[in-house]
Amino acid sequence: MLDVRGLRKVYGGEGGRSVEALRDLTFTLQEGELACLVGPSGCGKTTLLKCVSGLLAPTAGEVRLAGEPVHEPPEGMAMVFQEYGRSLFPWMTNAQNVELPLKERNVPKEERRLLVAETLASVGLEDVSSAYPWQLSGGMQQRVAIARAVAYQPKVLLMDEPFAAVDAQTRADLEDLLRGLWQRLGVTILFVTHDIDEAVYLGGRVIVLTNAPTVVQDDVAVDLPDERDQVSTRALPLFTELRSRIYEEIQRAKSGDGRVYSP
Amino acid sequence: MTRMLSLLRQVFVVLALPVVLLAVWWVTSAGSENFYLPPLSEILTTFGEVWFSGRIVSDVLPSLLRLAAGYTLAALVGVGLGIAVGSSKALRETVEPVLEFGRAIPPPVLVPVLMLIAGHGNSMKILVILSGCIWPILLNTVEGVRAVDEVLVDTGRTFRMRARSRLHHLVLPAASPQIFAGLRQALSLGIILMVISEMFAASSGLGFTIVQFQRGFAIPEMWSGIILLGIIGFGLSLLFRLVESRALRWYEGIRLAERGGSPSKT
Ligand SMILES: Nc1ncnc2c1ncn2[C@@H]1O[C@H](COP(=O)(O)OP(=O)(O)OP(=O)(O)O)[C@@H](O)[C@H]1O
Ligand SMILES: [Mg+2]
Repeated sequence: MLDVRGLRKVYGGEGGRSVEALRDLTFTLQEGELACLVGPSGCGKTTLLKCVSGLLAPTAGEVRLAGEPVHEPPEGMAMVFQEYGRSLFPWMTNAQNVELPLKERNVPKEERRLLVAETLASVGLEDVSSAYPWQLSGGMQQRVAIARAVAYQPKVLLMDEPFAAVDAQTRADLEDLLRGLWQRLGVTILFVTHDIDEAVYLGGRVIVLTNAPTVVQDDVAVDLPDERDQVSTRALPLFTELRSRIYEEIQRAKSGDGRVYSP
Repeated sequence: MTRMLSLLRQVFVVLALPVVLLAVWWVTSAGSENFYLPPLSEILTTFGEVWFSGRIVSDVLPSLLRLAAGYTLAALVGVGLGIAVGSSKALRETVEPVLEFGRAIPPPVLVPVLMLIAGHGNSMKILVILSGCIWPILLNTVEGVRAVDEVLVDTGRTFRMRARSRLHHLVLPAASPQIFAGLRQALSLGIILMVISEMFAASSGLGFTIVQFQRGFAIPEMWSGIILLGIIGFGLSLLFRLVESRALRWYEGIRLAERGGSPSKT
């Protein structure tokens, strides 16, 4: 479904200082897969998502979605940006923000209204639908951005540390909400996070990246049961084992002497 | 009730200084023997006679219509061109030096040139206003469009916003604080140019009438014209602020929120 092949991205160039953010990334997501992406800060996770979404042209390699090469943002793809606050339109109310992409897709008015109300309610924000984003806290803004991506009903959902600004309880709720959506709608999700626990809890698979210049350090299958629960799943021996394994991988990735994973 | 009171307070704050200044003028000029500085009381008596006996229609209205035409044209062309230039890096790099040059020319020196090209009629005056007002609007629009947050641009791209709605819902609103800043500068410039364009060659208009009075040594009448100009400028800028604060309500809200104020959740 989503193929990343030999992806390389060098910023700058043209004589000046250049930064090699991504050296050589290759992995494939099957349709309906939920994969988490972890790696040290500054290793190029955002850069990877931008290349995957077609916002940024790679220096080498390619991204294919359903066999088609991606050169610009494809249809049916939504992205939750790391800078969630700046990704909301400040001159529109929260409801209008969620509605805008639906208008672009020519969804009929009545259906739009329903979708907006439904998704805002699902992230617990039905009360502030007529408020403006800048009237909300950071965590609430982040949930508006999530609601906007969900209401869009994408086939592929890219999320860049979407739960970073919310409190622990809301975070747990949103994790379960996301898994619920994923199971119900069969959407393919690539989820970037700093939090190893979150990666293991959410994902069917965790891709670990090395420090820049970045390659795939490891690709860990998460064989936890599909029905997950914040308390019991996190208490499973397998959960703890996966967590320690990924933790060690990241430590090694940071120090830079990691073995390089080859699929 | 408190709303009413705060409004009254605001009116008081706005009017206090002008009233004091007028009073000072009134007192110090009372019984003035200086031919060129007649008593304010005399100026105000002439004011009614001079302006409310047909000159509103024959002089004030033509002036304001020319201002409206020149200003509107400058706004349309300035914002339109500004969006084009601001959106394209290549275009910007090509035309930026020309824009800086154009802005550096004081618009009044164009009056003699434009008189040669466009004659002495309305079109010359409208062109003078247009050629002066366009620069602040154009340059501010370019800056505003260039500074649109890249995360917002990326958001628009991932949701595949069409060109039209990108303009309406993204570029124009994002640049609107800057655009309004340009429009505000252009308005005061426009009033100046409206008067100047009528001082050279005209048969009607505020600037023309004031110069006529001055040449005929009708000094109180001349002063009444200057006061009228002040009132018009003040009124227009008030009107402008009203429109601006409506259009930029979200922007004021953000600034208030950033300063730690408590915006109402409506
Ligand atoms: N537009 C840019 N121009 C030049 N260098 C850039 C640009 N964007 C990112 N970089 C560099 O590329 C590298 C990867 O950045 P990126 O934002 O992708 O990292 P990240 O993994 O998302 O970091 P974080 O976990 O902090 O969000 C960094 O060294 C960064 O400085
Ligand atoms: Mg990032």
